[in-house]
Amino acid sequence: MSELSVNHLLGIKYLKEDDVQLIFQTADQFKEVINRPIKKVPSLRDITIANLFFENSTRTKLSFELAEKRLSADVVNFSESQSSVKKGETLIDTVQNILSMKVDMVVMRHPSPGAPIFLSKHIDASVVNAGDGTHEHPTQALLDCYSIRERLGDVAGKKVVIVGDVLHSRVALSNIFALKLLGAEVKVCGPKTLLPKHIESLGVGVESNLKKALEWCDVANMLRVQNERMVTSYFPSTREYAMQYGLTMDILRDLSKEIVIMHPGPINRGVEITSEVADSNYAIILDQVENGVAVRMAVMYLLASKIKR
Amino acid sequence: MSQKELLSARELQITIRRLACQLIENHGDFIDTILIGIQPRGKMLAKRLAHVLQNDYHIPKITIGYLDITFYRDDFRRSAKPIEANSTEIDFVVENKKVVFIDDVLYTGRSIRAALTAVQDFGRPAQIELLILIDRRFSRHLPIQPDYCGRQVDAINEEHVVVSWSEIEGQDAVFLENQ
Repeated sequence: MSELSVNHLLGIKYLKEDDVQLIFQTADQFKEVINRPIKKVPSLRDITIANLFFENSTRTKLSFELAEKRLSADVVNFSESQSSVKKGETLIDTVQNILSMKVDMVVMRHPSPGAPIFLSKHIDASVVNAGDGTHEHPTQALLDCYSIRERLGDVAGKKVVIVGDVLHSRVALSNIFALKLLGAEVKVCGPKTLLPKHIESLGVGVESNLKKALEWCDVANMLRVQNERMVTSYFPSTREYAMQYGLTMDILRDLSKEIVIMHPGPINRGVEITSEVADSNYAIILDQVENGVAVRMAVMYLLASKIKR
Repeated sequence: MSQKELLSARELQITIRRLACQLIENHGDFIDTILIGIQPRGKMLAKRLAHVLQNDYHIPKITIGYLDITFYRDDFRRSAKPIEANSTEIDFVVENKKVVFIDDVLYTGRSIRAALTAVQDFGRPAQIELLILIDRRFSRHLPIQPDYCGRQVDAINEEHVVVSWSEIEGQDAVFLENQ
């Protein structure tokens, strides 16, 4: 297989296992490229990509922009706060206007779940979902699985626990889809209020005790508590959350085996993970960031190869 | 589909030895020389040459690397067939070195054009030469010619040169296929 089965990356849900393996194999080559003295290839010279960020982002936006520039694409950036959206322009109008300027691919982050899917049905460009509300964040899941594959050799058969605010997390949902697709076992762990009802129907286990979950797993993916999405109170206090679900060095040392710690960032140091753990050798948080560029290069390269003129 | 043998296993072996000797004439002890096989099909030829140079002509150290040109090709999104990337393995400095590109078949010259661009990302070589097993002359799209050539072939566009290696295909030979 040498071509993706999809024309857009809207979510992991729409990918086949072969697609993910092809993205990983291509990312391997791009990882070599970004470690060269000159970290740039001319593949996407004639492709223009618009980064539309209707929601704040640091890592994802920088990572996409860097990936685009390393593929030699032309890049235009848009953020909602400085745009005509404030004047009442609709999403389709905004994007159609940008596409009139001959843009081939749109990378979009949007607070509304499903916004990229809606967009892909109405415009004539490849759409890459860079996070849509609490729905999916496919490139994050791809880079997380790629980082697991890099550290542990393979994703299949590994036990992964996703800890924390699963309810508000698009990273969690995309990770569950991707990990299951690649043959990993998945559990979620967190206070009941932060776990979606019927999450078991996705084929994942549920564990409310952090120590038990960690003892079971090979990899723990620590999620951030997304205070900005919470409309009511889901736990008594941040301090209590940190006591129950915060990962400390003491907990890690007590485990019978060494596990890999991941975090999609941004980290709330001292809440879901202590500084000591985040900066330790257990954590592959900065590897995830590096791999993010290679994986996004692979995604955009493979999608661009399907654009015919 | 008809098939004609251009080189037998024995002829292929003789040709590789000749090419190795021609390299020695120009590069002596290979101290400042780097052999770069163009992925995917130049890799085998580069390996064979390095093996002959080391074992038959006792060159103590041969620096060899493999360059993938997928991301530099000028037919990205233009060819009907999707292109799969191979690995690049160049873990040495090419700055001020004498580079020899090695590929199995020289046809339009576009792969070599891409390789010339790709290698610049690793530094500025002192010079670049091109070694080719089969040169399909009269088929060039670009002004690129080999410095070392195993065999010249006059083939028409419908014909296809296939180099078969015992390590991969189970047999050493070069064929001209008509599809």
